[in-house]
Amino acid sequence: MRGLLYVASALAVMALAFWAYQENYRTQASIRANSEVSRDIGRLRETLSILKAEWAYLNRPSRLADLAEMNFDKLGLLPVEKTQFARPDQLPYPPAGLARVGATVDLVGVVPQFAPDGEDWP
Amino acid sequence: MIRTPLRPLARILKAREDGEDPGLIERENRRKRRDADRDRKRLRAQGRLLVLGLCFFAAYATIGVRMGILANVEPAEPKVASAGQQIVTQRADITDRNGRILATNLVTRSLYAQPHLMVEPERAARELAALFPDEMDEERLRGWFTGERKFIWLRRQMSPEQMQAVHDIGEPGLLFGPREMRLYPNGPLAAHILGGSRFEKEDVNAAEVIGTAGVEKAFDEYLRDPAQGGAPLALSLDMTVQSAAREVLGGGMRLMNARGAAAVLMDVHTGEVISMLSLPDFDPNDRPRPLASGNDPSESPLFNRAVQGVYELGSVFKIFAVAQAMELGLVNPDTMIDTKGPLVWGRYRIRDFHDYGPTLSVKNVIVESSNIGTAHIAMDIGAERQKDFLASLGFTKPTEIEMVEAPTGKPLLPPKWSEISTMTISYGHGLSASPLHLAAAYSTIVNGGTRVHPTLVKQAGPQNGERIISERTSRASVDMLRAVVTEGTASFGDVVGYEVAGKTGSADKPKPTGGYYKDRVIATFASTFPASDPKYVLIVTLDEGEDTIGSMPRRTAGWTAVPVAAAMIERIAPLLGLRPAVEPSQEAALIPANL
Repeated sequence: MRGLLYVASALAVMALAFWAYQENYRTQASIRANSEVSRDIGRLRETLSILKAEWAYLNRPSRLADLAEMNFDKLGLLPVEKTQFARPDQLPYPPAGLARVGATVDLVGVVPQFAPDGEDWP
Repeated sequence: MIRTPLRPLARILKAREDGEDPGLIERENRRKRRDADRDRKRLRAQGRLLVLGLCFFAAYATIGVRMGILANVEPAEPKVASAGQQIVTQRADITDRNGRILATNLVTRSLYAQPHLMVEPERAARELAALFPDEMDEERLRGWFTGERKFIWLRRQMSPEQMQAVHDIGEPGLLFGPREMRLYPNGPLAAHILGGSRFEKEDVNAAEVIGTAGVEKAFDEYLRDPAQGGAPLALSLDMTVQSAAREVLGGGMRLMNARGAAAVLMDVHTGEVISMLSLPDFDPNDRPRPLASGNDPSESPLFNRAVQGVYELGSVFKIFAVAQAMELGLVNPDTMIDTKGPLVWGRYRIRDFHDYGPTLSVKNVIVESSNIGTAHIAMDIGAERQKDFLASLGFTKPTEIEMVEAPTGKPLLPPKWSEISTMTISYGHGLSASPLHLAAAYSTIVNGGTRVHPTLVKQAGPQNGERIISERTSRASVDMLRAVVTEGTASFGDVVGYEVAGKTGSADKPKPTGGYYKDRVIATFASTFPASDPKYVLIVTLDEGEDTIGSMPRRTAGWTAVPVAAAMIERIAPLLGLRPAVEPSQEAALIPANL
């Protein structure tokens, strides 16, 4: 009986040691993976800070003002003026009877159809 | 085991035969057995002691070795714990109130040489000199590269293109180190506020960036504190407003041929400086050197007129005397004040711009800007009370704004606050203060009467400082300032819809040799809007501005500073989200589409 107990404890110690070592290796692997991810995060943060700096540089007010001036024909941008403030009651709301966005509606009219065999549109 | 008998028969018999006592044999055997027993026990005890000693030795040896290791290895952070938030930049960003970047960092590369690693030093010197013709000389480089030195700095910062070009030389002795550079993406936009930065201690792998002026220096500790985790410093500035204000003020300064201009826009309740300008300015990315000593520092673009420039600001001070007199119950807006001129006091004569007749009401003293009337009111107040009141508005100390230059903007007070000082200070002569002082004092007067300290850091709510004047006095003061714009000296300042209220001030510039220039004027317009519920104070100061459109150059603030301030308000107020108190024009309103 006593001999069996000794054998059983020895086996248990070996099994526990095996498990402990395995956990140890897994932890070390996670730490390595983690530090790699941290390095990646660091690199990405560096990139991000450069991109932010570039964004700020490209959006500096003097450049935007120059761009607005250069593209005045197309965009017609002007500084905000006090006349552009409006009261809510001046806003045109849609008439009451109009369907809400996303409602199904019946389509009236001719729907173009694809001609078979790759021919042109009818 | 075989026990030796105590009385072995053979020996007993032999002893009996010989007539000896057989008891002796037994005794001798007992003694032998006892001795053997004792030896065995001692051996076991010694063994146990040895094992115990070994245990103790092992335990102490473990502790000792561990201590030795701990003492000798480089300290390292626990790996797992450091994997969280990491600080990438060594200096935090500075942003405006809406989070737009005013100052940030950029990783660039520095270039250094290690001649003992070089393969072809002569070729490296030649090609480097060709790459940077302005700053590197081939002869000198060759001397360095073939000499005894082991380490040479060549360039602090390089663009990626330049780095690639140096890389293409293919010389192993030319090496790159990372360098974090401070970048101000908006250029001169908030130059005086941000200040600047430079490298302090330099190493191959990193360099310390420290602030040299402005907010960068005032918050140096905070910006470099790793405990902040790289959180940006949010200033109270609004970049859009600052940009629009700079454009308008710069245009106004050129139009009025002024040597310099300053503007401060402040929230009257929170004390936040929304925009602060001093022209001419500079690019903080390439900060100019300060002037050599002996020159007038105000000639340098580095000089911040809004904070450091203390000027006699002139008639803008009149409202302080009137507000105090109303607060003390000496006058009300309709009290008639003697304005018969000139007012003679000793060898001094106080005059008005025009003759306003024998009397004016207090309100009209402000509206017409009568020096004589204000001097009479100040005499009723007295020197002591005037001094205390101006001190409570902050005119006796430098402002507490978070800039390293703030202590240099120290107001100049008269050495002795005599009766004539009291009279001249009441209309803004004899006491010099900065435009920022004026902005804070006007905020206090118009915001309902509580003290405001100017700040550059974004605030969560109003300051609710100590009460200086009552709400009633504050209201009456704003009404008078409004009348200055609607019917007085600042008629160009009436921006339709924003109910501008304010006071002009034109002060002759003092000569460095004593006395005053006749044709050099500091023109100031201190304004607040909207008058029905003041939210902002705007101070505009032009240095030696003049309006040359008419036949005679006009230098009073009503012709110079006021139109500029009006243009600024016209442009800025919509950006601040202030709804004008007018009907919006029909063309700008949204109308239903005619489908």
